[in-house]
Amino acid sequence: MDYFLTEEQKMIVELTRKIAREKITPVVAHHDETEEFPWDIMKLLAEADLFGVYIPQEYGGLGGGVFELSLVTEELSKVCGGIAICYAATALGTYPILLFGNEEQKKKYLPQLAKGVRLAAFALTEPNAGSDAAGIQTLAKKEGEHYILNGTKQWITNGGEAEVYTVIAMTDRARGARGATAFILEKGMDGFDFGKKEKKMGIRASATRELIFTDCKVEASRILGKEGIGFLVAMKTFDASRPGVAAQALGIAHGALDDAVKYSRQRVQFGKPISSFQAIQHILADMATQVEAARALIYATARMIDKGVKDIARESAMSKLFASDVAMKVTTDAVQVFGGYGYMREYPVEKRMRDAKITQIYEGTNQIQRNVIALQLIKEAAKGK
Amino acid sequence: MDIIVCIKQVPDTASLHTLKINPKTNTLMRDTAPAIINPFDENAIEEGIRLKEKYAGEVTVLSMGPPQVEKALRDALAMGADNAILLSDRSFAGADTLATSYTLAEAIKKIGKFDLILFGKQAIDGDTAQVGPGVAECLGLPQITYVRKIEIENGKLRAERTLEDSFELVEAELPAVITVTKEINTPRYPSLKGIMKSKKAQITIWSLKEMSIDSDRVGLEGSSTQVIRIFTPEMRSKGEILQGTSEDVVDTLINKLRERKVL
Ligand SMILES: Cc1cc2nc3c(=O)[nH]c(=O)nc-3n(C[C@H](O)[C@H](O)[C@H](O)COP(=O)(O)OP(=O)(O)OC[C@H]3O[C@@H](n4cnc5c(N)ncnc54)[C@H](O)[C@@H]3O)c2cc1C
Repeated sequence: MDYFLTEEQKMIVELTRKIAREKITPVVAHHDETEEFPWDIMKLLAEADLFGVYIPQEYGGLGGGVFELSLVTEELSKVCGGIAICYAATALGTYPILLFGNEEQKKKYLPQLAKGVRLAAFALTEPNAGSDAAGIQTLAKKEGEHYILNGTKQWITNGGEAEVYTVIAMTDRARGARGATAFILEKGMDGFDFGKKEKKMGIRASATRELIFTDCKVEASRILGKEGIGFLVAMKTFDASRPGVAAQALGIAHGALDDAVKYSRQRVQFGKPISSFQAIQHILADMATQVEAARALIYATARMIDKGVKDIARESAMSKLFASDVAMKVTTDAVQVFGGYGYMREYPVEKRMRDAKITQIYEGTNQIQRNVIALQLIKEAAKGK
Repeated sequence: MDIIVCIKQVPDTASLHTLKINPKTNTLMRDTAPAIINPFDENAIEEGIRLKEKYAGEVTVLSMGPPQVEKALRDALAMGADNAILLSDRSFAGADTLATSYTLAEAIKKIGKFDLILFGKQAIDGDTAQVGPGVAECLGLPQITYVRKIEIENGKLRAERTLEDSFELVEAELPAVITVTKEINTPRYPSLKGIMKSKKAQITIWSLKEMSIDSDRVGLEGSSTQVIRIFTPEMRSKGEILQGTSEDVVDTLINKLRERKVL
């Protein structure tokens, strides 16, 4: 389908595709096997300016938006969903600064993040607070001009590898959801340590770690926006970043579709390529249709966000929900098309199926996405829209 | 340090199966495969940019060819070259390595200011490896071919020149002509900012008239090479794989060699 990308967007896609094909393809299995962080690839993406596609030019970026970010994430994910998320999680950690940072904070952090010389991460989840984000326990206690952070964040993508962290902590427990605050923290600060690296089912190239705060002293100038709006920062960040996760899911699904089509033409059973069986053709047709539908939804949402539409929670949630369910379905079907070979590590679709699963879980599980969508529907109905 | 990198646009050998030979002229039909920068020339561009980054100065990419070659020059600009010059004129067409060397050398004289001229060791289409040395001869400059490492100290150049199973350390005064191998570096990807800049960049085009050079020394006219015939060598007949225990296999082999009177 032709989405009438601009010259610049086509350039971004072309360059990302080239790097992904030539440099990522040969190392996909290695990173999946060893769980080694793909620093070499991050460096290549940085040199190509890809970390800056969604950052305004005045801060050293290329001046694009969520759409450009999604295009890069999609292309990377077609080759490796794990390596793609190391890139996309940096955007997740950067969006709070883009959306809520003051001029000084933007000038300090955005140029480095746009250049990709430093990676970023976003930390909300805790052992006892996942979907129920309002249940976070990490405390930022005000002491004079400073805040003292104590607590543990769990499963933070890019944890330990990134240098810039947006961390949501409670500054006033009594105020509940209005008592959270977002801080910009940096690796190396006293009292800021990392826990063990998790061993995962999929996206194994990415690093997932705990952030541990023990009497970590933080200046008030590190607050994003102001005290008390931590959850607003998180929600607005997710609104902008969910199309990115959706694009990751889309890329994984598209990669699986390509694999399946190619394989079905090579595999011969009953004296014919399996692509000649209608049962296989129909699976492929459904896969392709779902992938295209996901793409159309994501691109439309990303364009909406970049045009400055404010109320995007619903569309953003729909993109993530739909694309990730498509990714799970399509990768499972790809394994089916491959038969027993699909179940083997030596073939690519087994990994894609493992990689797809996470997209239904993080940045809000798909149950939570449905809650968000339904809530918007009911709200609108109540307003008589 | 000002550097000139001579580059050639060639058909992508990865798409060799789409390539065709013009049966009348016995030359490649270049539009039958996608065009890329000759891979060894990419190493030359990369080396030029690295030297510039180290010692300051400018990198100028120079190519001779039809107007489509602009694409290759823009790709070089996107990597980080500063200027691009295309030598393009109907009369330049059909040049062999002699005429090409002459034309490039004249263009380099016209550019005037340079400390180093870089080439890839050879082009993957013609595979002659003659144009670099040819230009050096036309200009009367020292040349070092098959270079895998360049160092510059006090205006002196020191290069590692690859031989079959060793290397030579060669020194030369600048300006000099160098042709590089793949080992010298890994060419960078263009950056997005580089690509955007290159799209807007001005490419200087020089025709025969602007270069005021001998028209009988360029193009087909100035070429002393004549292609008489191009053919695909006949496929060798298939090998035979002998199977069995080592003893059986050796016996059969000896017998077969005897049958053919090799032994
Ligand atoms: C690999 C990985 C990387 C991650 N990266 C990050 C990161 O960078 N930053 C970060 O902050 N977090 C990150 N997370 C955390 C992720 O966002 C959470 O795992 C996710 O939000 C779900 O929380 P939970 O795992 O605690 O599940 P739970 O909230 O315990 O949910 C368990 C199940 O109950 C369902 N459920 C819960 N509440 C409801 C409800 N109200 N209605 C219906 N169903 C419900 C859920 O959908 C789910 O099926 C990451 C997680 C993983 C696995």
